[in-house]
Amino acid sequence: MMEGFLAHFTVFVLACFVGWQVVWKVTPALHTPLMSVTNAISGIILVGAMLAAGAGALDLGGWLGLVAVFLAAINVVGGFWVTHRMLKLFRRR
Amino acid sequence: MIQLAYLAAAVCFILSLKGLSTPATAKRGNLYGIVGMTLAVAATLAAPGFTAYGRIAVAALAGGAIGALLASRVPMTAMPEMVALLHSFVGAAATLVGLSAHHHGVHPDVIARVEIFLGVVIGAPTLTGSLIAFAKLRGTIGGKPLLLPGRHALNVAGLAALLALGAWYVAAADGSPLWLAALVAGLLGAHVILAIGGADMPVIVSVLNSASGWAAAATGFVLGNDLLIVTGALVGASGAILSTIMSRGMNRSIGSVLVGGFGDGDSAVDGAGTPAAQAMAKGVNVGDVETAVELMRGARNVVIVPGYGMAVAQAQHPTWQLVQRLEHEGVRVRFAIHPVAGRLPGHMNVLLAEADVPYDQVFEMDEINPDLPETEVVLVLGANDIVNPDALDRPGSPIYGMPILEVFRAGTVIVVKRSLNPGFSGIDNPLYYRDNTMMVFGDARAVVEAMVKELKGAPVG
Repeated sequence: MMEGFLAHFTVFVLACFVGWQVVWKVTPALHTPLMSVTNAISGIILVGAMLAAGAGALDLGGWLGLVAVFLAAINVVGGFWVTHRMLKLFRRR
Repeated sequence: MIQLAYLAAAVCFILSLKGLSTPATAKRGNLYGIVGMTLAVAATLAAPGFTAYGRIAVAALAGGAIGALLASRVPMTAMPEMVALLHSFVGAAATLVGLSAHHHGVHPDVIARVEIFLGVVIGAPTLTGSLIAFAKLRGTIGGKPLLLPGRHALNVAGLAALLALGAWYVAAADGSPLWLAALVAGLLGAHVILAIGGADMPVIVSVLNSASGWAAAATGFVLGNDLLIVTGALVGASGAILSTIMSRGMNRSIGSVLVGGFGDGDSAVDGAGTPAAQAMAKGVNVGDVETAVELMRGARNVVIVPGYGMAVAQAQHPTWQLVQRLEHEGVRVRFAIHPVAGRLPGHMNVLLAEADVPYDQVFEMDEINPDLPETEVVLVLGANDIVNPDALDRPGSPIYGMPILEVFRAGTVIVVKRSLNPGFSGIDNPLYYRDNTMMVFGDARAVVEAMVKELKGAPVG
């Protein structure tokens, strides 16, 4: 069990590092779209919710997962959509 | 195969964030995000043993429709609330997936139980804290901090209770401590955010952005899913960076913001008389629209500093008309944005972009500060603390040390404001009493519209 955890933890630490490097380069003018696009991609929890909801019979765990699917889907669609709406506004002289 | 699709999705998400480094590549960045999400969902649906397509399609389509409805309707001025609301959904989903994992018996060992527990106690306060932030930003509840008696003791007791519940859950793998922990963590999150004043909301929204990422990452650990771990870590890091930038912009530590109680969130009550009469009694230079317009027309360089007041008054569109008129008369006009202007990082930039202001005419604080001494006229629209010289030269001031836009160094500063009342932080601003400052009292939109009208009427030349 420990090895499995360590493998995931390695991935986690590396990803934090990548995120830290990439996000410092984001221009401050786009910090609001950055927030909404991270809203959208943290909707990736949809994948976890789908696994929870689709893992078997619709018991208590299944229902909890299903509600999570519903909420995460709001994030995914809503997040990418508002980001698009905002980015469309930015124009050069 | 699924792992490969997940890897591709993770790369897409990284490219998506990278795209935001310039406005020119940003739209492509968003597209990468959409591609990544589509890949991830498709791969999950294609996983062996996955059969529950019907109910998942119904839930996902219903959620997607609501997301589309929200996203297509929200006005740009309401973006802070929208972002806060979206954070709450990630928090809720993380809590639910954690609870679901428990009820599906995904808790064979101590590590798995710790992961489930962390997912729930990070997710629940993200949900409740974001909902409180949403209500504050929307104005449903006031910006004033709620300071319960013994609130610090309450928070410590809450944390202690969570530790105890955690130990109980890990030892017994029983559902009750887990649900209780969700409840306690949720109440704790709400309580902490309730105690934070409206002026600190840019930091809080950033912290909750980060929390939503960590919640997703914790869920990834629960399910042993690297894609969730990577994506959650990216979002968590992003929110952490925004929190750092925002608290630096206010010269506060994230800790001191979270402790709460800063600022009263509501302006002081007016005394007798009109704002202009009160101000003149205090020796403030009060000017009218005509004089302000003459000053700006006569300048070579004008810098406009927008603040939250511009957004509240919806003055961004007439402001762009004003800029175009001035440019027509040969004046060079630029915008200067303080990192914590508004209620959300970057919010002013979006509002100006919506009003059609080109982004290469909008400058950051560090870019424009060196130019301010050579600027003939600065027009401050609904901004207050971010131009307060006390931050530089009065060590006793609550905002001492905060980086500001040094507008007082310019030739003349025209401040458009409804009254002399202090802003969100409740701190008086000596800028208004300076000899080179001229106050024009009124609603930002009405004043700017009057300026545009004045410029139209004036003889060209």
